[in-house]
Amino acid sequence: MFTYYLKLGLLSIRANPALSSLMVAAVAIGIGACMTIVTVRHVMSDNPIAHKNDVLYHVQVDNWNPADPYQDPDLPPEQMAYIDAKALYDADRAFRQTTSYKTSRIIQPDGDDARPFTLDVRATTADFFPMFDVPFAYGAGWDRASDRNEERVAVLSWELNEQLYGGEDPVGQMLTVNGEPYRIAGVLDEWTPVPKFYDLNNNPYGAPEQLYLPFSLAVANNFNRSGNTSCWKPVEDGGPEAFLASECIWIQMWIELRDASEKQDYMRFLDAYVEEQKLLGRFPRPLNNRLHTPEEWLEYQEVVDDTVGILLSLAVLFLVVCLLNTIGLLLAKVMRRAKDISLRRALGASKSTLFAQYIIEAGMIGAAGGLLGIVMTWLGLRGIEQLFIEYDFIEHLVRMDWSMVLLAVALAVLSALAAALYPTWRACNITPASQLRIQ
Amino acid sequence: MLRMNSVSKVYRTDTVETHALREFSLSVEEGEFVSVTGPSGSGKTTFLNIAGLLEELTDGSYELDGRDISSLNDRERSRVRNEKIGFIFQSFNLIPELDIFDNVDVPLRYRGLKSAERRRRVERCLELVGLASRMKHLPAQLSGGQQQRVAIARALAGEPRFLLADEPTGNLDTHMADSVMELLAEINAGGTTIIMVTHELTLADRAKRNIFVRDGNVSDGYGSDASPELHFASAANA
Ligand SMILES: Nc1ncnc2c1ncn2[C@@H]1O[C@H](COP(=O)(O)OP(=O)(O)OP(=O)(O)O)[C@@H](O)[C@H]1O
Ligand SMILES: [Mg+2]
Repeated sequence: MFTYYLKLGLLSIRANPALSSLMVAAVAIGIGACMTIVTVRHVMSDNPIAHKNDVLYHVQVDNWNPADPYQDPDLPPEQMAYIDAKALYDADRAFRQTTSYKTSRIIQPDGDDARPFTLDVRATTADFFPMFDVPFAYGAGWDRASDRNEERVAVLSWELNEQLYGGEDPVGQMLTVNGEPYRIAGVLDEWTPVPKFYDLNNNPYGAPEQLYLPFSLAVANNFNRSGNTSCWKPVEDGGPEAFLASECIWIQMWIELRDASEKQDYMRFLDAYVEEQKLLGRFPRPLNNRLHTPEEWLEYQEVVDDTVGILLSLAVLFLVVCLLNTIGLLLAKVMRRAKDISLRRALGASKSTLFAQYIIEAGMIGAAGGLLGIVMTWLGLRGIEQLFIEYDFIEHLVRMDWSMVLLAVALAVLSALAAALYPTWRACNITPASQLRIQ
Repeated sequence: MLRMNSVSKVYRTDTVETHALREFSLSVEEGEFVSVTGPSGSGKTTFLNIAGLLEELTDGSYELDGRDISSLNDRERSRVRNEKIGFIFQSFNLIPELDIFDNVDVPLRYRGLKSAERRRRVERCLELVGLASRMKHLPAQLSGGQQQRVAIARALAGEPRFLLADEPTGNLDTHMADSVMELLAEINAGGTTIIMVTHELTLADRAKRNIFVRDGNVSDGYGSDASPELHFASAANA
């Protein structure tokens, strides 16, 4: 019977091409608007490191101004001062740990006529790569010894390797960075975590850095800070050393802990560390240490903008309007088909049989609307891309995956079914003879 | 097998109340061929629709095959329509987007028959009405007489015990009307009970029994006061 209904549905859609296309279009536009926003939201609020969410933690300690919390209500700073980052890193109490910041360097490509260029660099530590499951195409990251020895080693992004070495394996070759030779230790595979969870302070939707260098080396050689830096008290005179000794925050620290007891131990360790620092006259605010999982951290940082939420409700409203339209169109269709309905009733179709037939037809309209809606969503995302073309983050937003496609079709079918309920009910209640009388 | 007792049917709109049938009582036995005549608006179609469970009655009782119809729910009524009753309408009422085969197939689908059985029945009925060669045609590609024969095939496909025909020849010329009448007589000879509304007394005469409806009431024969003028008026109405 189901295939029979499908056939009848197809025939009926073919018999009313104008009405049917209008309905498909109404569903498609509504779904397209909704899915565009849902996709943007989905991507923006995605947790790219979800599979390690239960072992990774972002570390916060509160070294801020006693008179004025970093952020109301009494939230600790988002980044860390160098003294704390170094002390916590050196204490080596976590299974893995990384301190990092964003900087920039000048690359001098090989070849006589090649021009030097500046790029974004992440100064980080050896554990960064295994902690965040960063994929490698060639070679590997550096080890902790390289950190300790402030070695000149480099890890390149896939894109940078394409640019400099045409995608060939460059491991072991030397790369000239600000005039100094660096040994290339590895090249990443394509890796674009969106949002860039490990550093939400500096454009969470930006592309990841193109080059990775040891944190210790960067600090020792006073590499510039191209990310956010905040200070609550003036830095004393005395050059780079004074800045490193200051309470200014600019470093992101992440640790990996394998279970709850490790987490408990680490919390205790953090508290002890801060208490000890208090004795030395630092940390004037009450104890306020925090460990956040990536998911908590994304939420804490309110990465998903409020406007997206507003847009989403508008889009849902739009979908509702489109569905109301569909209801009207379906009613018109029912009226046009009243004769067919009353004839089928006369020939023995019960109300429930007819209900099944028309609901399946509506489902088909919905499915068609959903498929077209996917095209609309794609167009919508292109539109958003064009609108925000100057922000480089947008290119990562505009991707649709299978779950989105399925969601779109399911939503469309459900919407169409919902819209069809009333018109179908009306259809089933047409008296069998009423339309056959009129000759 | 069909027993109506004091059936009345009132159509109510916001402003008017039409008594289409009043105290309508009639019995029809198995195998009868009954013609129904009467002036326009007298309630013939209403009677047929109620007999065919297409409309509910306002008052009175109706038994079909010994079952009180008022006790049936929608599903059961639909089933009775589907299995026991075949309809033939004046305006054929074929589904334009379905081909001839699929049109005849419709009641069988609702019956839930297996595909092979459906095919067998559809082909046999189309042969009976002489249209087996047109199975893949759409209704619009057939003449009026052919369309009515398709409608008859559709009515017969379910092997109903009852055939209800509302002016089955009303849209046909005399020649075609004749062939349809012959077909109906043949079907009746096979044991199917037929009730046929018609305006044409010559056709009504071919039935074994004639009933006359006037003002929503019924009498056997062409009415007690059946005058030539009335016959004339009825025929002119067709
Ligand atoms: N759906 C309806 N609503 C209101 N009144 C109706 C409706 N159907 C029929 N009637 C009225 O009921 C009465 C009987 O109608 P019916 O169609 O049964 O007459 P008929 O004998 O079949 O006439 P005709 O020979 O012209 O077909 C008429 O007065 C008609 O106007
Ligand atoms: Mg009539």
